[in-house]
Amino acid sequence: MTTITKNKAIDLFLENNPNFSTFENLRKSGLEFLEMKGLPHLKEEEYKFTQISKKIEQNVSSFKSAIKTELTAENVKSNLFEGFDGDVVVFNNGHFDAELSSISAQNYSFLKLSETQPDLLGQIAKNEKDPFAALNSLTFEDGVHISVEKGKKVEKPIFLIHFNKANEGQIINSRILIEIAENAEVTFIENTVSLDEEVYFSNAVVEVKVNQNAHGYYYRLQNENRKAISANNFATDIHRDATFTSVATQLQGDMLRNNLTLNLLDSGCVGNMYGLYLLNGKTHVDNHTNVDHTKPHCDSNELYKGILADSSRGVFNGKIFVRQDAQKTNAFQQNNNILMSEDAIVNTKPQLEIWADDVKCSHGCTTGQLDEEALFYLQARGIGKEHAKGLLLYAFAGEVFEHIAYEPFKEYCIQLVQERLGSSF
Amino acid sequence: MLKIKNLHASIEGTPILKGINLEVKPGEVHAIMGPNGSGKSTLASVLAGREEYEVTEGEVSFKGKDLLELSPEDRAREGVFLAFQYPVEIPGVSSTNFLRTAVNQVREYRGLEALDAVKFLSIMKEKMKLVEIDQKLLSRSLNEGFSGGEKKRNEIFQMAMLEPTLSILDETDSGLDIDALRIVSNGVNQLKSSENATIVVTHYQRLLDYIVPDFVHVLYNGKIVKSGTKELALELEEKGYDWIKEEADAASV
Repeated sequence: MTTITKNKAIDLFLENNPNFSTFENLRKSGLEFLEMKGLPHLKEEEYKFTQISKKIEQNVSSFKSAIKTELTAENVKSNLFEGFDGDVVVFNNGHFDAELSSISAQNYSFLKLSETQPDLLGQIAKNEKDPFAALNSLTFEDGVHISVEKGKKVEKPIFLIHFNKANEGQIINSRILIEIAENAEVTFIENTVSLDEEVYFSNAVVEVKVNQNAHGYYYRLQNENRKAISANNFATDIHRDATFTSVATQLQGDMLRNNLTLNLLDSGCVGNMYGLYLLNGKTHVDNHTNVDHTKPHCDSNELYKGILADSSRGVFNGKIFVRQDAQKTNAFQQNNNILMSEDAIVNTKPQLEIWADDVKCSHGCTTGQLDEEALFYLQARGIGKEHAKGLLLYAFAGEVFEHIAYEPFKEYCIQLVQERLGSSF
Repeated sequence: MLKIKNLHASIEGTPILKGINLEVKPGEVHAIMGPNGSGKSTLASVLAGREEYEVTEGEVSFKGKDLLELSPEDRAREGVFLAFQYPVEIPGVSSTNFLRTAVNQVREYRGLEALDAVKFLSIMKEKMKLVEIDQKLLSRSLNEGFSGGEKKRNEIFQMAMLEPTLSILDETDSGLDIDALRIVSNGVNQLKSSENATIVVTHYQRLLDYIVPDFVHVLYNGKIVKSGTKELALELEEKGYDWIKEEADAASV
């Protein structure tokens, strides 16, 4: 290897570079970027609270990509939530599993990336924006390309479900490209299921293009095993009068890093980002969000909430750019955290860069403990302390789920959170 | 029903209650009055079990049980109700869900069956009339955006739902206009019976025109320095607290 060593992890990845012959340009630019920059090192600003390269070096022993694992229809069925009715796209260690998927392709087309060879790939989540996006460009074998037809609504949600279990390789790569044509509408649900309790590193890239006046809804759940390390680059280009809403919930993992980018590229766009991280044990979750207002009359709304118990850690970084052209922008951002233990940590950083002068932007973040006065009030009415805590925490967290429009998934998230909060009400 | 003996309590090391003695029997209404900072609200908080206060001496028995040993929720389940001076706003918790949870946890403790949704709603509707509270208010988050008067009415409504044996009204009248005061007092009076008792903590004699006390106690500097009948309240209204302070200060020298 003739690479300039930035850290050990990148060398190990490059030694195991599968050197696929497809997507030549994308892979080449990914390699160039990684050879120059490496993976994030200790002092890198964007990763200073999330030492993911170190985490990978210390925990991953095989830098080969995982091959498909044994997976049954029963595995899939048992991970569908109550009331779900829609198409299911199954990923087996990051590889699309056609046999276990059920794809009606009603009002949309579904193909492998190798079949469509889209030029768009890597244009939304660009290699040079994040080393893990670049790494994914190098190591993903194939991915899926979903295109919703012009003017059509995909009536039932499309459920993307990942089953992860390391084998001789511990690296799991997945790549998804979604195009929503003009005036179309679609809802995605994405979940990751760990099939055992062992270490893996999953590195995912999802790119979404929302064309003029189209609507996309994307609900993501991350509830992985306690050794799971994961980097996710999710980027969306939103065109004129289009709307995109992301609701992300993180419940468990070892270290999860999510980069979520919304590019508002023309007038009349709306971008919404909602998130809940409810963490315990040693789970470390880092949400880096980025919304870029480039044209006038666009709105963005962001609300991330965190509840952190034990020695868990949450990182929130919310960038909002309002370019000079983007007059009449409305951009709102809020991050609120409750720390349930003295060992839990939150690092929160709003980052607003505003060059336009006629805009409404606001941001706020709070970190505190559970409101003792509210707790006492509930107890004084005969509600047991633990139950009262659950009630208050759920009241705090539940606001995020108000933004999930697909009822069965909303109910499922509520159920998971209430189970975690140890209360039923 | 309630026996307080030589109760001392402090907050962050500062003594606030310095030897309270009080006995309340079923069917009685006791008013506790006194100047600001005399310890009135502290007494109410200690009885309800607020954790910031440390009881340093004395005892409190309620229906024969050691009240101070019980958690705040168990005190409520035993039948103690504190109407808060400043009811807490709790966004995201609906008033109705909250009350149903509370009522059913209290019932469970008392060995009663949980109320189903239909039964609960019909009881709720009946009790709502007592304090003229609007259904719309109860479909909102608990106390969120309620006016001062609405919050206080909601306290008395909760009291009606929980059917306590001892109600402690902590300055429930403060800040209320005459109409709201009338509605709140009317609610309290209708809930009165020979089985239950009420402690009214207030700054103003005005409330006692509506809720007529059997006994009036004046709290000053952490002690009850004078007890009497409702005439004492009138005397206080007329003469203020200075003469009581002087008497008490003279006695303690």
